[in-house]
Amino acid sequence: MSGFSIINPGMLSLLQDGGRYGQHRIGLTTGGPLDRFAMSWANRLVHNASDITAVEASFGGLKLESHINTLVAVTGGDQPLSINGAKKAAWRSHRVEAGDIIELGFARQFCRSYLAVHGGFQVEPDFGSTATVVREGIGGLSGRKLDSRDQLPARGTTERQCLQLNDPNRTPYQTEVTVRVLPGYQVQHFPRLEQRRFFSGIYSVTERADRMGYRLEGPAIACDIKGILSEGICMGAIQIPADGQPIVLLQDRQTIGGYPKIGSALSLDTGRLAQLMPGATVRFEPVTPHAADNLFHMAHSMHQRMTLDPVND
Amino acid sequence: MQIHFAGEDALIVYLGEEASPDVSDRVQAAAAAIEAALGTALVDLVPSYASVLVIYNMLEIDHLAARQRIHAALDALETGSTREGALVKLPVFYDPEVGPDLEALADKAGLTVDEVIKIHLGTEYRVYAIGFAPGFAYLGQVDERIAAPRLTTPRQSVPRGAVAIADRQTAVYPAPSPGGWNLIGRCPQRMFDPAASPTMPVNVGDRVQFEAIDRQAFLELGGAL
Repeated sequence: MSGFSIINPGMLSLLQDGGRYGQHRIGLTTGGPLDRFAMSWANRLVHNASDITAVEASFGGLKLESHINTLVAVTGGDQPLSINGAKKAAWRSHRVEAGDIIELGFARQFCRSYLAVHGGFQVEPDFGSTATVVREGIGGLSGRKLDSRDQLPARGTTERQCLQLNDPNRTPYQTEVTVRVLPGYQVQHFPRLEQRRFFSGIYSVTERADRMGYRLEGPAIACDIKGILSEGICMGAIQIPADGQPIVLLQDRQTIGGYPKIGSALSLDTGRLAQLMPGATVRFEPVTPHAADNLFHMAHSMHQRMTLDPVND
Repeated sequence: MQIHFAGEDALIVYLGEEASPDVSDRVQAAAAAIEAALGTALVDLVPSYASVLVIYNMLEIDHLAARQRIHAALDALETGSTREGALVKLPVFYDPEVGPDLEALADKAGLTVDEVIKIHLGTEYRVYAIGFAPGFAYLGQVDERIAAPRLTTPRQSVPRGAVAIADRQTAVYPAPSPGGWNLIGRCPQRMFDPAASPTMPVNVGDRVQFEAIDRQAFLELGGAL
C-alpha cells in the first residue's frame, strides 16, 4: 500500500489511536494521545472518527512526503505547518498530492501537534490498539517512535472537501494552566494544611515531563504515610513521592505503584497540561465528584455538537 | 471493605490492609464479581495486593451507580467461596553466572549460596499483582531470611528472565529493563510474549513454584546466557 514516507521523524513522533483498554491485567498501560481533543479534531477535519490512527508529534521537526493524493490536517500545539515550503494554517484540512512535502517546525510554547490523514494511517493493532508505548515496545511500528525512511501506509481520496474548525471552538492553550482535581485515593492521609498548600501553590513544569507523567516543582507537600501497598493508578493520578513534589501521571504511566496520591486530574485538563513545556505554570483546583461528572458531560456534548465549516482548497 | 474515589472515571476498592493470601483471595473474588456486575460499563480493572482499581465508562454510568453496583456485587460475595489459583511451575538456573547478587545476598544473610537457593525454592509464591512493565508479576512472600532491600544503584539493564528479590517480593523480569532488584538466577520460560496465547504463563491470584535446573537444562529450554 502506498502512503507517506518519513524524511525526518523530528524529536518524538508516535502513531496513536484512542488508546489501549482492557489490558491493565497483563501490565499494559493505555497510551493514546496526550491531548485527545486535539487529535479528535485533526481526525474530524479529514472526515475520520475521533480515534483513528494519527501521528502525535512532540516538540517538532517532523517532515514527510506524500505518495498519494489525499487530505491532511494538523491541530494541537504551535509547531508551524508548511507544505512544499509554503506556510499553511493549522486546524483545517489541506489537499496534498503525490510528491508533496509536509513539514512541522519547532514548538515555542505548546509541544504536542497531531497530524491526521483521511482514512487514518493503516497499521495493525497490538492488543486492540495502534497506540505506541515505547517503554513497552507495543503498538505503532514495532512499538517504537517513527524514524527516517519509515513508511506510513494510507489510502488516498480526491473527493472529500476541506474543512476548518472556527477559532472560537479551538482549545485556548495558555502557558498558565489550572488543573482541576478530584480529591481521592490517599487524600485523607494529607493533613488539611498540606492540602491547602497543594491547592494554593504555584508549580512549574520541570524537565522531567514526558508521556509517563509531568513532574512539577513548587511547594513540597507532606503526607502522613511514606508508601502504600502497590495499587492501580488511573489516568491523571497525582502522585506525591518522598520529596513532596507532585507528578501528574499521564497516558504512558505504570499501571501500579506505591506512592501516595492526593487525587486525580480531570481528563479535560490533562491535555492542556501535556501541551506545556518546562518552566510553564500549573495550579490545582479541587472539584467535587458531581462537578467532575457535569464538566465531563458538558464538554463531551459540546464537542459532539461543534461542527466544521467547508473551506476552499 | 472501603471504596474511595480514584479519578473522574475510577473508583478504588480496598479489601484489606496487608499483603496476605487471604486478602489476595478476596481481591481475586472481588475483581471477578465487579467485572460481572459492571458488564459493558467496565473499561479496565487493576487487581493488586489489597485493592481493585475499577475504571468505568462515564457515558454509561456515573460514580454513584458504579459504587452501588460494586457494593451489591461484593455484598453478595461475602458468603461465596474463593477459587484457588492455578499452580504454575517455573524452572530456574540458580548460579552466580546468571545471578550476580547471589553471593552478596548469601553473605549478608549469613547463609551459604545453597541455603539461599533452598529457601527461595521452599516457598510456594502467590502472584499478588502484575504491573511495572508488561508481564511483570510480583510474587510474595519471600522468606524473611533471604529478603533483601533493592540495590542502592539500580542496574542500567537487567536481562530477560532474571529471577530477582526485592524485600519480601520475588519476580522474573519479562523483558530487558533497568532494575534495582537482587539477581539470583535466570528462568528460560518467557513471562510475556505478545505473540503467544495466553501472553503470560501466570495471572494474578495464581501460585508459583520455582524448580531448580542446571546450566544444560537451562540452555535446552531455550535460556540465553
